[in-house]
Amino acid sequence: MTALPPVEALERMMLIRAYEETLVDLHGRGRAAGTCTAIGQEASAVGVVAALTPDDLILTNHRSAGHLLARGADPGRMLAEVQGKSGGYCGGKSGSLHISAKELGVVLTSTIVGGELALATGVGLSRSMQGGPGIVVCFFGDGAACEGRFHESLNLAAVWSLPILYVCENNQWQAFVHRKETMTADGVAGHAAAYGIDSAVVDGNDPLAVFEAATAAVAAIRRTGKPFLLEAMTYRLRGHFEPDDQSYVDPGELAHWRERDPVILLRRRLERDGLLDAAAAARMEESVRTRMEAAAAFAEASPYPAPEELTRDVYA
Amino acid sequence: MTQMTVNDAISAALAEEMRRDPSVLIFGEGVATKRRDLLGEFGPARVRNTPLAEGIVAGTAAGAAATGLRPVIDLLFAPFLCYAMDEIVNSAGKLRYVSGGQFKFPMVVLAMTGAGWGVGAQHNHNIESWFVHSPGLKVVMPSTPADFKGLLKAAIRDDNPVLVFADIALGYSAGEVPEDIDAIPLGQAALRRTGDDVTLVSYAKTVGTCLAAADRLAETGISADVLDLRSLKPLDEDAILRSVAKTGRLVVVHEASRLCGVGAEVAALVAEKAFTSLRAPVLRLTGPDAPAPASFPLEQAFVPQADAVVAAVQSLVHGALAA
Repeated sequence: MTALPPVEALERMMLIRAYEETLVDLHGRGRAAGTCTAIGQEASAVGVVAALTPDDLILTNHRSAGHLLARGADPGRMLAEVQGKSGGYCGGKSGSLHISAKELGVVLTSTIVGGELALATGVGLSRSMQGGPGIVVCFFGDGAACEGRFHESLNLAAVWSLPILYVCENNQWQAFVHRKETMTADGVAGHAAAYGIDSAVVDGNDPLAVFEAATAAVAAIRRTGKPFLLEAMTYRLRGHFEPDDQSYVDPGELAHWRERDPVILLRRRLERDGLLDAAAAARMEESVRTRMEAAAAFAEASPYPAPEELTRDVYA
Repeated sequence: MTQMTVNDAISAALAEEMRRDPSVLIFGEGVATKRRDLLGEFGPARVRNTPLAEGIVAGTAAGAAATGLRPVIDLLFAPFLCYAMDEIVNSAGKLRYVSGGQFKFPMVVLAMTGAGWGVGAQHNHNIESWFVHSPGLKVVMPSTPADFKGLLKAAIRDDNPVLVFADIALGYSAGEVPEDIDAIPLGQAALRRTGDDVTLVSYAKTVGTCLAAADRLAETGISADVLDLRSLKPLDEDAILRSVAKTGRLVVVHEASRLCGVGAEVAALVAEKAFTSLRAPVLRLTGPDAPAPASFPLEQAFVPQADAVVAAVQSLVHGALAA
């Protein structure tokens, strides 16, 4: 039985936020390359992942830290990976852009936009043919919905009845281009019906609403064996990657979404509802800070890969 | 021993491997429609048609391979692989390494290419060297029914992505196949003919061209080793170097275009590791730097012919290039 206690949701989101801010800082100091943060999208990651069981498998993309951390990834091993250290989840071979962690069920990550959509049907096919209990969750953004692969993936998943939860984190931005320039529709969910797939749209900045929507979607997939498309409307508060001065972003839009920062919104709500007092909030902040300090220390101490690693694991 | 065509050998290999291992499945455009025997024996879950979408076919294969299945996909014609480049090159080829070895991609990609059907450049393009160049992939391009059967079996059992290119002109060509032929290891060339004066290295339809040329050369007192690479990656470097050490002369013959073709790799290998054995420059006879034409005489002219091989060898032995 999956659950998402609101206070738990906040702590998970705060950890993700702290991790991403650590990445920004590391990048600023020249200690991390090519990072794409998902600051502002924490609620979507936490809400969806909380609705999954350990048997469910996840595919994600370059903006994946939230998915991995929500799934229980060790921030130290994540930071080590971002810094190209051998203690990282991929031995430093991936860096930040395509981290996968088999032990967490985060099976395949591609930074090619749409890459994970092309792989998801294969993971779904394995599940379907091997009769495993879990479903497959494929995270992607509104940008990926413009790729042909998105359409090919939905079509095949529907035709072959694959147990895939497609989660579109519509953060309004496709690299440096606003989605209003690239699509005529207001969102992505409308594509699903054309493929005979059920869909839902949810406020991606409310983790409890996301959890509820994801829970319903997952239940539908387990019951019917058919794919489902969940669109979480959210916003990318920082740029496409670091550094990015966001000079191309309308300041009014950015200000509006900063007001809707999911971490701040949830915290205010919990305080208002009497579920979080100052002492508890301080404890949570302290806990997150301690975890991130330990993570940073782990990553710092982790050695770089040995030279032999250059040509290891190319072939099985 | 049984006589069978290349097409039958491919079908036999598929059936045997699917019997041997329940995780092997095959899908692609028209696969279930055309391979009725396989469909009948193994059922619709393991033998599937797909939508006309090479990208998602290849992506599905990669995703399935990484999570416990062993898919074989038929992408029909080599030029169509252009639709599947991300899935084959960026996912299947790279994600094992990128993940730090967490995943493997045991999948096979079948595609046809080569002159012989007259349908032109978007069905005929020998792009095998693109995949030889890409990390994490293996490439085979057999020339005989026995090799198609043995190498396809090996490809299916290999834990890596293997591209199996079938020369369309060889589909109906027949040959002897041992009754219980087992998997032929990748990375082993086959010496089809032995001689002392020149090494002819080739693969696919031009192996036959080299054998025909070797017959004619023998009439003029020149004997040739004819080495059928059959596996392009891994490449049997030892077999190439052993032959050139013996003969001192090398002509590489392939239908694929000259620039950065497999012949360039073989020539560089020999220049680097068998320089002192060489008595003459290394020659390559290849397709031109042009799309393959549809018109029959032009299509035939695209492919190096036996005359040209004979002339090239004679120039190395007697002519301007002779030591």
